[in-house]
Amino acid sequence: MSKLRIFTLFERVWHWAQTVLIFGLLFTGLALHGSHGLIAYDTALKAHIVMALSLIGLWAFAIFWHVVTGEWRQYVPTHRGLPAVMLYYVYGIFSGEAKPFVTSPSSKHNPLQRLAYFGFKAAIAPALWVSGLLLLTYAAWKGTFMGDLLPLAWVAYAHVAATFALMLFLIGHIYMASTTGHPWYAYLKSMVTGYQEGHK
Amino acid sequence: MSIRSGLLILSLVLLPAPLPALAGETIPQPAETRLSSTADHRKFEQLAGPFHSGPEVTRACLECHTEAAPQVHRSIHWTWRFEQPETGQVLGKRFALNNLCQGIAGSYERCSSCHVGYGWEDEHFDFTAQDRVDCLVCHDTTGTYVKFPTGAGHPPYEDTPFRGKLFKAPDLAHVARHVGKSSRETCGTCHFEGGGGDAVKHGDLDSSLLGPPRTVDVHMAPDGLNFSCATCHEFTGHIQQGSRYQLKAAPQAGVAVPGRESDRPACESCHGSTPHDTGIHNKLNQHAEFIACQTCHVPAIARGGLPTKTLWDWSVAGRRDAQGRPVVEMEDGLVVYDGMKGAFQWRENYAPEYRWFDGNMRYTLLGDPIDPSGPVDVNVPEGGPGQPGARIWPFKVMAGRQPYDTRHNALLVAHLFGRDENAFWRGYDWDAALASGMATALRVGQTEVGFSGEYGFVDTRMYWPVNHMVAPGEDALSCESCHSVDGRLAELPGVYIPGRDRHPWEPIGWLAVWLTLLSVVVHGLGRYLIHRRRMRGSA
Repeated sequence: MSKLRIFTLFERVWHWAQTVLIFGLLFTGLALHGSHGLIAYDTALKAHIVMALSLIGLWAFAIFWHVVTGEWRQYVPTHRGLPAVMLYYVYGIFSGEAKPFVTSPSSKHNPLQRLAYFGFKAAIAPALWVSGLLLLTYAAWKGTFMGDLLPLAWVAYAHVAATFALMLFLIGHIYMASTTGHPWYAYLKSMVTGYQEGHK
Repeated sequence: MSIRSGLLILSLVLLPAPLPALAGETIPQPAETRLSSTADHRKFEQLAGPFHSGPEVTRACLECHTEAAPQVHRSIHWTWRFEQPETGQVLGKRFALNNLCQGIAGSYERCSSCHVGYGWEDEHFDFTAQDRVDCLVCHDTTGTYVKFPTGAGHPPYEDTPFRGKLFKAPDLAHVARHVGKSSRETCGTCHFEGGGGDAVKHGDLDSSLLGPPRTVDVHMAPDGLNFSCATCHEFTGHIQQGSRYQLKAAPQAGVAVPGRESDRPACESCHGSTPHDTGIHNKLNQHAEFIACQTCHVPAIARGGLPTKTLWDWSVAGRRDAQGRPVVEMEDGLVVYDGMKGAFQWRENYAPEYRWFDGNMRYTLLGDPIDPSGPVDVNVPEGGPGQPGARIWPFKVMAGRQPYDTRHNALLVAHLFGRDENAFWRGYDWDAALASGMATALRVGQTEVGFSGEYGFVDTRMYWPVNHMVAPGEDALSCESCHSVDGRLAELPGVYIPGRDRHPWEPIGWLAVWLTLLSVVVHGLGRYLIHRRRMRGSA
C-alpha cells in the first residue's frame, strides 16, 4: 500500500478557505435576500462584504498560483472519458464496477469534475463577482449612464440566479467528492491530508 | 413723581445691594446667555397698564417695535395664505381643506382662536390693521395668556367656562411686562392642539413635547439639547422656516454656516448630508440620498404617550340626547363619538406609512373634481421614484368621511360654528350648514363652484408628513424594518429593495435545489441499500 500526494498544501488551504468563505457568503447572502432571519441584516451585510472581498483576494492569488505552476491545465474540460464517468455514476457505482478513472498528481480531476469545476470557475463565480461588485458599488454608478441602462433589479436577479447555480454545484460537489471514494470518504480525506491512500 | 415710580425707587432702596466681592471669593452670576435681551420689559412705562383688550397691548408694543406688525402681516401665521411656487396652488388655511374640521369658511370666530390676531370673526376681517396683531400669543412667558376658543382670537376678558373648562382672564399688563422669546408652550397652544385637541391632528406634535424624555425627542428633551420649536424653525423678521405645504425634502445646502443662507429646519442644516459613520459599506449615508432622515429616525407616530386621531367620520354626526345636547361616547378615556363631530378612531405609537415625496404637497381644493368612489386624497405628496429631489418619507395617513357635492363631484365645507341657526353645531342641519359654508367660500373667493344642494359623504385620505419626535440614534429603525418581505416598505413602488423583492421565477431555483438534493439522497440511499445487500449476501 502506498501513499500518493495529490493536493499540495496551497491547494488544500485554498480549498478549505474557499469552503468557509463560500458557506459564509451563502448564509449571509440568503439573510440579505430575506430567505432567513437568523442574523441581523447589518451584521449580515458587513460580513458578506468582508468575506466577498476576502474571497476575491484569495482567488486573485489562486489564479496567479495556477498560472505560474501550470496547474490551470487541470481544469480544462475534456470530452475524452466523460461518457464513461457519467455512465459510472448512473450505473456502475451501483453494480460495483471499478471507477473508469485513476487519480494522479498530473490528472487530479476526472472529466466530469473538470467540467463541473470549469463551469464553476468560468461561469458561476465570475457571475457572482461581477454582479456582487456592481451591487456593492451601486451608489457610485446609479447616477451615471450605467444607472439608466442597468436597473438594479437586473443586477440583483443575476446575483441570485448565480447563487442558485452555486447551490446546485455545491450539493453535487459535496455528495460526489465526499462519499464516492474507496472507502467512501477517501476523497474528503485526501483533501485534508493531501495524500491518497491505497493507491496502487 | 407718580406713586408708582415712587414705589419703584423705594423697592430698589430696600432691596439688598450686591455684596462686594471678598478676596478669593466669586459671586455667582446668573446664567445669562450672550443673546439675552437688552431690554427689561418690566421697566417700560408703556406696559404699566392696565389693558382692557388685546389690541390695546399691541398698540403699546408697536410704540417701540415699529416694524413688528408689518412683518407679522407678511407671515402665514397672519395671512393663512400660501402660494405654493412649485404647484401653483393657493393654499393656507383660508384655501386648503382637510379631513378634520373640513375648512374655515363661515366658522371664523372659532377657527381664529389660533390666528395670530384679534377679531377675525367674519369674512370682513381687516388684514391690514396693525393693532389686530396678537403679540402675546407667541411672546407670553407667564403661561397665563390664552385665547378663548370662540373669541375670534381674543383672550377671555373675564373668567369664562367653555365645554366644562374654565378659561381664566389673563392679566394683560402682567403678561405684557413678561414677554420674551417664543417657546414650545406658546407654539404648542396652537400647534399641539391642531384639529381641535391635544395630539389630534399631526401625530408628531403634541403636549408630550413640553418636557419629553430623550427617547421621545432627542432634541427637545429638557435634560438634553432642550431645543424649542424655533431652534430649528428659525424666525427672521417674524417669518419662520419650514412649511408643510412645501417641505425641504432634499436640501442640498448642507450644514448651516453663519453668513450663508441657512436651510433650516432640515436635519441637514446641522447634521450635514453624510452624518453616519462610513463603516465598511457607507450604506447609511448612501441611503440618505433617497430616504428622508425622518423615515428611520422617527420610528413611530404618536410616541409621546398621547394617541392621535386616525379617523374622523362626519357622516354619523348629529346624534343628540333628549335635551338636544350632542351625545358623547368615550372608550378608554378617548372620545369615539361626538354628536357635533361624528365618529373617531385613535392610535398611539404606530408605524407611519411611507411614500415618495419631493416636498410639494398637492391639495384637492374646493371645486376640484373628485372621484366619489373614493377614497379621495385631500392632499397628496408629489414626486416619484427616481424623480429629482424625491425621497421616501413617513406620513401619518388620516382617514376621513366628509361631505361632498354629489352633483358637482367636489368636496364641500360646512359652516360649523356660528351664532346663527345655519351653523351645524346649532341647527344640526347639513343642508343649511353646507349651503351657508359654501356661500361664504364663494364670497371670499375660496371656490368658484357653489353648492348644488345635493350632498353625500365620501371617504377621504390625508397625508401628514412625520417630522418631529426624533428618536435617539439607537432607537432608529433597523435595516430589516424595510429589508424584509413584509417590512415597512412592502408597498413602496419603484425601487428594488434587497430582502423584499424577488424575481417571479425564483421558485424554479428553489425547486431545482430541492430536486438536486433529493436526487443526491436517492442516489446515496440506493448505493447504501445495494451495498448492504451485497454485504449480507457475502456473509
